[in-house]
Amino acid sequence: MSTPEDLKYTKEHEWVRLEGDTAVVGITDHAQDSLGDVVYVELPEEGSDVTKDEAFGVVESVKAVSDLYAPLSGNVVEVNEAVVDAPEVINEDPYGEGWMIKIESPSEEDIAALLSADEYEQYVEEEK
Amino acid sequence: MKERAVKGLKIKESLIFERSAPDRRGIEPSYGAVPAIPPADLIPKRFLRSPDDTMEGFPEVSEGDVVRHYTRLSQWNFGVDTGFYPLGSCTMKYNPRINESIARLPGFKDLHPMQDEEYTQGALRLMFELAEDLSEITGMGAMTLQPAAGAQGELCGLLAIAAYFKERGINKKRVIIPDTAHGTNPASAHIAGFDVTPVKVGPEGILTLSSVLDVLDDDVAAIMLTNPNTLGLFESHIKEIADALHERGGLMYCDGANLNALMGISRLGDMGVDVIHINLHKTFSSPHGGGGPGSGPVGVIKALEPYLPVPRIVKKGDTFALDSEYPLSIGRLGAFYGNFAVMVRAYAYIRRLGPEGLKRVSETAILNANYIRAGLKERFELPFDHVPCMHECVFSDKRQNEHGVSTLDMAKRLMDYGYHPPTIYFPTVVHGAMMIEPTETESLETLDNFIKTMISIADEAESEPEIIKNAPHNTIVGRIDEARAARKPCLRWTEPKEESS
Repeated sequence: MSTPEDLKYTKEHEWVRLEGDTAVVGITDHAQDSLGDVVYVELPEEGSDVTKDEAFGVVESVKAVSDLYAPLSGNVVEVNEAVVDAPEVINEDPYGEGWMIKIESPSEEDIAALLSADEYEQYVEEEK
Repeated sequence: MKERAVKGLKIKESLIFERSAPDRRGIEPSYGAVPAIPPADLIPKRFLRSPDDTMEGFPEVSEGDVVRHYTRLSQWNFGVDTGFYPLGSCTMKYNPRINESIARLPGFKDLHPMQDEEYTQGALRLMFELAEDLSEITGMGAMTLQPAAGAQGELCGLLAIAAYFKERGINKKRVIIPDTAHGTNPASAHIAGFDVTPVKVGPEGILTLSSVLDVLDDDVAAIMLTNPNTLGLFESHIKEIADALHERGGLMYCDGANLNALMGISRLGDMGVDVIHINLHKTFSSPHGGGGPGSGPVGVIKALEPYLPVPRIVKKGDTFALDSEYPLSIGRLGAFYGNFAVMVRAYAYIRRLGPEGLKRVSETAILNANYIRAGLKERFELPFDHVPCMHECVFSDKRQNEHGVSTLDMAKRLMDYGYHPPTIYFPTVVHGAMMIEPTETESLETLDNFIKTMISIADEAESEPEIIKNAPHNTIVGRIDEARAARKPCLRWTEPKEESS
């Protein structure tokens, strides 16, 4: 399982990459591996607001349907339509081409609550 | 074990479109003395097919072609009448043939739902008495038979709960649902207008009072609990959870999909349940699967009776009537009264078995599930093994994973041995879940053979995993690319382009 050091994580298996004032969000390698082949993704509209810990979308694999939980609150400034058209990208490149949404100006408090790579790996180990 | 593999003649079959030949017809309609009139002379233009919209591509086949086509497809099918079907949480029990004879009595099958009550007394009596029997089995105060299946039953129950609070001017917005719940539970709660609060089951696989208290407040309208739950475990804290919920003014909803474990042994009404739905097609033996038909009666405590759907079936002296004079009712759930033929089968089943028989059904269902659990637990990981199971047991693929074999692979391999696979990857709280529900109608020999087969699959996982990973081998269609089928579904036949040489 790959868990890049430079990203932040949640217990709901989302990752966050901070790029200036924007947070890029996707699901982790562990999440895509557990889900199996992703066949469908539903993402919010550009310009909508998401709330930390609340569902912002849905990911469906051949095994299960799961909610996507917002790791941070804020306005969605960009949505990756490419993963909606070709959901297999999430399996192939979860931390790169498989990103899902970009959230603008997340609060310091929300960012501080995210897990480090080590903390996330430990959490996954405990869950097994 | 290889000698147990499926063998037999199954004939390949093309699509009905590919059987088509120009101008071939099943029948030549004879209009006799009635002259043919062009449709345009009779039907308003807006309802007519456009002249550009031709029938091209529609299969042109003879009656014999059609019969042979669909008969062949039906022979590819697998059902509980052909073999063991341990699909967890679906209760695929044998459906007694006497139920079918009774459901086909002309007085039942030829009834029109709009016939006068005077001529439908027998049907109304059957429905009235079935509702009474189901109330007795579950310990509820009133019962509606209207919901067409379990999920509509859930919606019906939750709408009744919403109506109950609305009438009292109480605003409660949340429904608590454990992570072992059937996926329909949160969907129904959402459609009924509630927000869903998920809660994790405890380390023993059942809901604990303390995890409920963590999220319980005055905003909680209901808790939806399945008992026994989808891990096949009895929710032994249900009464104390219901008591805590009632103290906060909330209502206890029970998903009764797994009632097959409880009949004649314990009653959910006695455990503090206020609303329950039952799946007649599972517990009370109607052929189901492949989409229906179902029937999802809802039982409620007396305080919720005014909110049940109309029309209700009432008894006035010695006669029965349909009564819609319930001003607080949530209304109708469908055009008529529910799936009547399923009710007839359930009534026949209950009457034939009686209280003692129903109790034996549940006892044997539990015994069979525990027999499989005991027979397989040496070879398959059993995540919750501290107490015996109820009517089903859930294994994981943890040990076979070490050889690169997953639950999906083993499910496919079971087909080679002539079994329907169990429910897989559910409940989601178990990694690579295999949920096995044998039901009470299987013999000791069937259970022993199934256990032997599973053990030989466990052996194969260690010695020749490739045979499992490429399974099934004996079915008419081999391993299907499920991801591609879901991502790029091909929903319509198109004429193949002629190949240029």
